[in-house]
Amino acid sequence: MSSKSCICISSLQKKFLMAITGVLLFGFVIVHMLGNLQVFLGPDAINLYAYKLHSLPAFVMWGARLSLLLMVGVHILMAVKLTIENKKSRPREYDNEGTVQASYSSRTMPMTGLIVLSFIIFHILHYTSRVVPGMEYDDKIPSYSLEFEDGSVKQVFDVYAMIVEGFSNYFVSFFYILSMGLLCMHLSHGLSSMFQTLGLRNKVWRPRLNNVARATALFIFIGFAAIPISVFSGVLHHNDSNTYSSLNSVNDVQNDNITSEGTQ
Amino acid sequence: MKLKLRIWRQESSGCKGRMVEYEVDNISENSSFLEMMDLLNEDLVSEGKEAVAFDHDCREGICGSCSLTINGIPHGPQKATTACQLHMRHFDDGQTISIEPWNARPFPVIKDLVVNRSAFDKIIQSGGYISVRAGSAQDANAIPIPKQDADFAMDAAACIGCGACVAACKNASAMLFTSAKVSQLNTLPQGKPEKDRRVLNMVKTMDQAGFGNCTNYGECEAVCPKEISLDMIAKMNRDYAVASVKNFFGTVA
Amino acid sequence: MKLDSKIPDGPISDKWKNHKFALKLVNPANKRKYNIIVVGSGLAGGSCAASLGELGYNVQCFCYQDSARRAHSIAAQGGINSAKNYQNDGDSAYRLFYDTVKGGDFRSREANVHRLAEVSENIIDQCVAQGVPFAREYGGLLANRSFGGAQVSRTFYARGQTGQQLLLGAYSSLSKQVSVGTVKMYPRTEMLDIVKENGSAVGIITRDLVTGEIKSWAADCVVLATGGYGTVFNLSTNAIGCNVTATFKAYKKGAGFANPCYTQIHPTCIPQEGEHQSKLTLMSESLRNDGRVWVPKFKEDADKHPSEIAEDRRDYYLERKYPSFGNLAPRDISSRSAKEACDDGRGIGTTGLGVYLDFEDAIKRLGESAIRERYGNLFDMYECITGENAYQRPMRIYPAVHYTMGGLWVDYNLMTTIDGCFALGEANFSDHGANRLGASALMQGLSDGYFVSPYTISGYLADNGVKDPDPESDAFKQAESEVKERISTLMSIKGKKSARHFHVQLGKIMWEYCGMARNEKGLKKALDLIPQLREDFYKDLSVPGSSDSLNNELERAGRVADHLEFGELLCRDALERRESCGGHFREEYQTDEGEAQRDDENFAHAAVWEYKGKDQVPARHQEELQFDNVKLAVRSYK
Repeated sequence: MSSKSCICISSLQKKFLMAITGVLLFGFVIVHMLGNLQVFLGPDAINLYAYKLHSLPAFVMWGARLSLLLMVGVHILMAVKLTIENKKSRPREYDNEGTVQASYSSRTMPMTGLIVLSFIIFHILHYTSRVVPGMEYDDKIPSYSLEFEDGSVKQVFDVYAMIVEGFSNYFVSFFYILSMGLLCMHLSHGLSSMFQTLGLRNKVWRPRLNNVARATALFIFIGFAAIPISVFSGVLHHNDSNTYSSLNSVNDVQNDNITSEGTQ
Repeated sequence: MKLKLRIWRQESSGCKGRMVEYEVDNISENSSFLEMMDLLNEDLVSEGKEAVAFDHDCREGICGSCSLTINGIPHGPQKATTACQLHMRHFDDGQTISIEPWNARPFPVIKDLVVNRSAFDKIIQSGGYISVRAGSAQDANAIPIPKQDADFAMDAAACIGCGACVAACKNASAMLFTSAKVSQLNTLPQGKPEKDRRVLNMVKTMDQAGFGNCTNYGECEAVCPKEISLDMIAKMNRDYAVASVKNFFGTVA
Repeated sequence: MKLDSKIPDGPISDKWKNHKFALKLVNPANKRKYNIIVVGSGLAGGSCAASLGELGYNVQCFCYQDSARRAHSIAAQGGINSAKNYQNDGDSAYRLFYDTVKGGDFRSREANVHRLAEVSENIIDQCVAQGVPFAREYGGLLANRSFGGAQVSRTFYARGQTGQQLLLGAYSSLSKQVSVGTVKMYPRTEMLDIVKENGSAVGIITRDLVTGEIKSWAADCVVLATGGYGTVFNLSTNAIGCNVTATFKAYKKGAGFANPCYTQIHPTCIPQEGEHQSKLTLMSESLRNDGRVWVPKFKEDADKHPSEIAEDRRDYYLERKYPSFGNLAPRDISSRSAKEACDDGRGIGTTGLGVYLDFEDAIKRLGESAIRERYGNLFDMYECITGENAYQRPMRIYPAVHYTMGGLWVDYNLMTTIDGCFALGEANFSDHGANRLGASALMQGLSDGYFVSPYTISGYLADNGVKDPDPESDAFKQAESEVKERISTLMSIKGKKSARHFHVQLGKIMWEYCGMARNEKGLKKALDLIPQLREDFYKDLSVPGSSDSLNNELERAGRVADHLEFGELLCRDALERRESCGGHFREEYQTDEGEAQRDDENFAHAAVWEYKGKDQVPARHQEELQFDNVKLAVRSYK
């Protein structure tokens, strides 16, 4: 009725946006994970996947990227708005603040969200733009000869090598696994919250969906964390058939970094 | 029992509050928490000091007046129990107990432990009713209501409007209170005609009152003396989503 | 004082119909010109304010609680009666009328009771339409249960929270009217006096409990729905804030107070534990369906653990004295029997004021799970309060003051002897006679509020026109200054003792001498002690803080001050009623078997007290009760 109502959106609408963008981002995470897991099928599989993905028309590619960015943006914007409002509504802590049943993950959503966000930024710079100093893989990793079904061969960027190379760095792997752990926490509350916020659960489905959320979050953690762990345990390693002249030197540099930092 | 109390004292809504320490002795473990407060007040009054103001009335857990946060938990440590039904046997001799008013901006302190909960009344006034004029009702059995629906409505209707949900929520959200009334009335066939309008208006009023947003902590459910479930919030969210879409297309009745 | 009950002519079943037609109507366009004050927001006040608002009047509604939803009607557990006859078990409005008059020990007004029974059906319709979630069967229709020994199943219920649900229904209607603007709600506001001009009620004086502001409110009529006076006994099942102030102020301004001695003592409450106790908690009467009441046969066993008392050393006194009703004997009778056993020194518990309600046999017969299913929530509540597990050890119970049948005298229109001042619900005296049946209080509150007062008040307004009294007039000014003076008196005593202290003392006197059984000597003693206590009160009361902010102590002091006068009136009425009936048992008037003995020849009337001034003995008037439809008979439960 009032003229203001067209600009402001209600608390529930903010939460709906949060939930909808959240679940879409969750969908991206799942697809991304399934794509990544192809690394276990060998360099051919993941490099082909990466090649196909990059061969998509530009408007599809950038459309997808921009929508993801938009979703992240809305998700964050709503989170910030909601958090500010919440702080305003509850100005003071109790003398002896008690918590009865709120889960740890529910209480750390802003924190886990922020750390995951910083991870995403790093991750894009690291593996997508490949501009992190010392990790400019475009220069360092030779192209990969991808053989197609029709027998033709194309030189493509070697994603497989990049993954193995990237995760050979302790810091990168540690940050990656930590972030996936936090993402898992974020999602275990976020997913069950999504069902709650969109009103998609009731007395019977609440425990079931909570378990689904936890299981899915754990699945995502395992799926992502499996890759760096596999690199470290040697399950994933540089393909011997391809030779990387420059690689050893890169590894040496990184190892030097680690030892030098370790001794500081 | 001998107890050390840390109590929030505040002259009036404009003044600053602070925690003040008191000691009480000879408390029977069979007395209720509010009876312990009575004895403290009687001591204070006999010394000519001003008594600690706190809301209370029925003292049998149904009126929803009492509103004490005890050791950081609204209504204290016992599950499904209001402060008036909480008994001192659940505390230890010599224990320090902190007692504070509901902590939420929309519930300003009036004095000491008394807060103004009229925001709840406003939420109900904006739609927490079924419009039926006295005398205009049809026969009570004219519309059969499945037992499951009637029971769900009763689960929701058990809310005593004490505000512990808001006090416990780290965001001071009133979702549990609002959703309990919405769920009760929107579930019953009698409440269907006003269903969309009700949920839209009540949420709007709730927002305007300055309550925080639900982030699904579940603390509200944990402290609710009537064990109102988060399912009510899910139901309200669902109804609100449907009503918002209808509102967008201009088809809200 | 003239007592004209204005009972309409004609056969009892047509009286209300005829009367509704005879009442004048207010033109719809004129309704908004009338102002009506409603004090109290419980079942009667809330429903009345909402209904008058719906009609289009300007209503101002006041309550001392922080929200209209917290009035003490909320605490009623059991249910609400209605002559719907959904069970096809032979119920009818006439049967409900008959049962209520008989249950009231033939001390109520037939015409009012019949009207109550008639409209009881509309109440259920109204409440269901409001969204009150009454219990239902799997077929989706409303469930009923039999309650309080009634032979038909006419009680509707919403778990153990019927009062709460009905009140929330009325509160929701009230809230709607507040949003529409016909009703203005003033919570945390206490009425401290009623104002009269030319013999008619024209307004009230209130105190804002937050700011302490004393304010005048003018209106075309005043409705008091302020509940009963059970807290005169201090310990009762009533809320702490319940008080007699509003009705007592009306009494002092000329409203007759009828039958204050009729107090209902509920037999199944959790006994007092010690001096610290602030209220007594009711355990639903339904427990007596399966529990057996007993005390030790011999005094020396009273302190023993119940399991150490052998079966042949137990006295199941209700079963012994009333073989056919046994443990289900009516409220007044079982309460009195418990008192007798305790007076005999055989009471149990630390205070010796308690009897056992034992489920051992029922658990043996039906299994613990069956008992848990039926009474689980009550057993939990018992454990919450006493810390004892009633599945293993018998419950301790004792009677407690629960409801007051007496109240402001009203005519058939629910108007008091002050023109323009109406009294509804427990605040009036009209429907329950000397004893109220279970599940009838809610029915009466809603009947008065939804279906009776909207008609009769409209009739009054139509007859009298818009008075438009001036809240600046001398009458208001004077009443305001009197209120202020009373407050400053209380504030300036500056003694040593809290209001609670005096309340406890008064309660002890009332319970000792005017409780379950009364006698002339005791009542005279009470009439001696109460003025002394009152004198102490005005010498040694301490009310710290100020009167212009929230001050719980001042509120209580004001209420206790009124109780200290009212208690005297109650005892005086009990002294003058030289018979035993319903909630009033005089030891001098009992049969050889110790049963209540009514005196229909001399006391088939309502005693109405008229205030005669400070320290004057009030005058006792009588409204003779006529029983044309129900035959006076002795209640027997042998």
